[in-house]
Amino acid sequence: MSAADPPAAPPDAPSARWSELRRFTAARVALGRAGNGLPTAAHLDFQEAHARARDAVQSALDPAALEAALAPLGLPVLRVASQAPNRRAYLLRPDLGRRLREEHRALLPPAPGSLLFVIADGLCATGVQAQAPAVIGHALPLLRQAGIPLAPIVLAEQARVALGDEIGGAMGVRLVAMLIGERPGLMALDSLGLYLTHAPRPGRSDAERNCISNIRPGGLSPAQGAGKLVWLARAALGQGMTGVALKDEQPRQDLLPP
Amino acid sequence: MGFAQAVGGTRYLFPDLRTLLARATPLRSGDVLAGLAAGSAQERVAAQRELADLPLRHFLTEAVIPYEEDEVTRLILDRHDVAAFAPVAHLTVGGFRDWLLSEAASPAMLAALRPGLTPEMVAGVSKICRLQDLVAIAAKCQVTTRFRNTLGLPGRLSIRLQPNDPVDDPRGVAAAILDGLLLGAGDAVIGVNPATDSLDNTLRLLELLDAVRDRYAIPTQSCVLAHVTTTLLAIEQGAPVDLVFQSIGGTEATNRSFGVSLALLREAREAALGLGRGSLGQDLMYFETGQGSALSAEAHHGCDQQTIEARAYAVAREFPPLLVNSVVGFIGPEYLFDGKQITRAGLEDHCCGKLLGLPMGVDVCYTNHAEADQDDMDALLTLLGVAGVTYIMGVPGADDVMLAYQSSSFHDGRYLRAALGKRPAPEFAAWMERMGLEAASSAGELPPRLAPSLAGLA
Repeated sequence: MSAADPPAAPPDAPSARWSELRRFTAARVALGRAGNGLPTAAHLDFQEAHARARDAVQSALDPAALEAALAPLGLPVLRVASQAPNRRAYLLRPDLGRRLREEHRALLPPAPGSLLFVIADGLCATGVQAQAPAVIGHALPLLRQAGIPLAPIVLAEQARVALGDEIGGAMGVRLVAMLIGERPGLMALDSLGLYLTHAPRPGRSDAERNCISNIRPGGLSPAQGAGKLVWLARAALGQGMTGVALKDEQPRQDLLPP
Repeated sequence: MGFAQAVGGTRYLFPDLRTLLARATPLRSGDVLAGLAAGSAQERVAAQRELADLPLRHFLTEAVIPYEEDEVTRLILDRHDVAAFAPVAHLTVGGFRDWLLSEAASPAMLAALRPGLTPEMVAGVSKICRLQDLVAIAAKCQVTTRFRNTLGLPGRLSIRLQPNDPVDDPRGVAAAILDGLLLGAGDAVIGVNPATDSLDNTLRLLELLDAVRDRYAIPTQSCVLAHVTTTLLAIEQGAPVDLVFQSIGGTEATNRSFGVSLALLREAREAALGLGRGSLGQDLMYFETGQGSALSAEAHHGCDQQTIEARAYAVAREFPPLLVNSVVGFIGPEYLFDGKQITRAGLEDHCCGKLLGLPMGVDVCYTNHAEADQDDMDALLTLLGVAGVTYIMGVPGADDVMLAYQSSSFHDGRYLRAALGKRPAPEFAAWMERMGLEAASSAGELPPRLAPSLAGLA
């Protein structure tokens, strides 16, 4: 190896403060060190962030509050749940979170040809609770303007993305827009993902959806998310499909959807 | 042919090898989800007893996925070296475990044996190992690789510097790199997971990483962990590609779900070799694996997730890699539910990879919906250090702000090196001393030679 010398610094160059790095990133840089470990304050900051994320995974939808927030939009609101009986089962058995509870099927009216919004807890309900009504509120006038008929809004608990396929299939809709809580990170506990699927029915693959992720304070605003949704919905209805073929440059998905 | 074993007055039947392997696997959520796990603790131990009595030779006559259906099976059986296998050819799986633990299994013996072992043999023996066996056996396996430095030497522990940024902001990436370098990370690779896997973005990040490496004269290699097809395009465009990254799995169909095949991996390796950028060696592939990927792609052929994971190592060793790591806690609680399952899987993956001759690292990590925390990670990290893990990840403050999961931190790397008396790769250790990093970080400073302005931070 040609052991190249380190760059010659100007002779009077001062050392930069380590803490200067914090100006350039939200990552946990320049934490200092206590021996080789984290200084106490940084250690407890991390523990707090993780505690918040853990509690967020256990968070549940408040359907009554959501119904109140959605009431001004003028669409009927229905409530259903998946076959996952509780949070532990939900986490261990993604297949149960994709299936509708049998007795809830009868609650779903036919809505052929329409666009259906499903509001689902996913891996964290707090962001959904806060932002889903605003996303739908921004999208509705644009969808009505485009002449796209709308199905009743469905609230779904212990739900994975693919539960929207069964709900949408039962109602016979043309498009389902699943608004679902994303897996919480230490930085963002309130992120909402939106999955759009054409001609939903059980068995649709993730490659047949389009995803708008990171709708949250500091990420995409509800208005921006709604704008992208309406663009995708019009394109999907025009081409009769959703999925990779419709995709422009979307951020890569590193985990499976909730 | 089937297998049967009685435990506690009940006779358990296992219709074929893949079922026997699955039932013998220590409990994990992914095998339960797949419907492959043993139905009871006694059935599991019955399968383990039956597996322990199975001659190693049997693995050469019964494929867990048919030869005709799967190019990974063909790779495994076509590459099997009968002469290398000879020293253990007379053993059962249980006898093989005893031999691996014995003094007879020296580092040199284990190195010579590699071409004679199949992934299924290695997976099989790991299923009847306790954690301490997995640690002790792996610690005897020495795997050394080279590109611009030397990785895997005894007494060394390397760290991948993982400076991910949620929007690939070059300043965010550069700040995380400087933070990691100051704390001694980056000898395995400086490797960014791009937030957007596009050619333009990949080219931009490759230029940034190469400029940083060049300006601080760091004896290491860089990598943008884009899809292999994106990296191939970047090579065509003349980009400074050191390592070719790809996620791989242990079946042809899993690899198809990742958009790759053996032929594509071969093509990418040859393209990168053509660049001749390695100064000490030409080990330039970087593979990521992880238990559960085959099931999530519905490509597991009724095999348990750990056996499939070991098969991915046969894919990796076909293309001499600089680095391989399992992303053990990343894929989620439906595959590995809690700290106990993650810990066991991490040690299995490390041991199986090392037995097959891979420069094995582990992403000691978890997501927020798994039942795990920093204490679990400290335990796994320490166990892997004792087992001689080639490298671990280094993320600022253990918090990856792009992938939204927790991995090991730069501080964790310092802890592990200090606790076990390990040093970075020799070329990198010498560079750290020249740069004066230790004194600077205790004083809360970046030394003049690590001036942020050289990385575009002003």
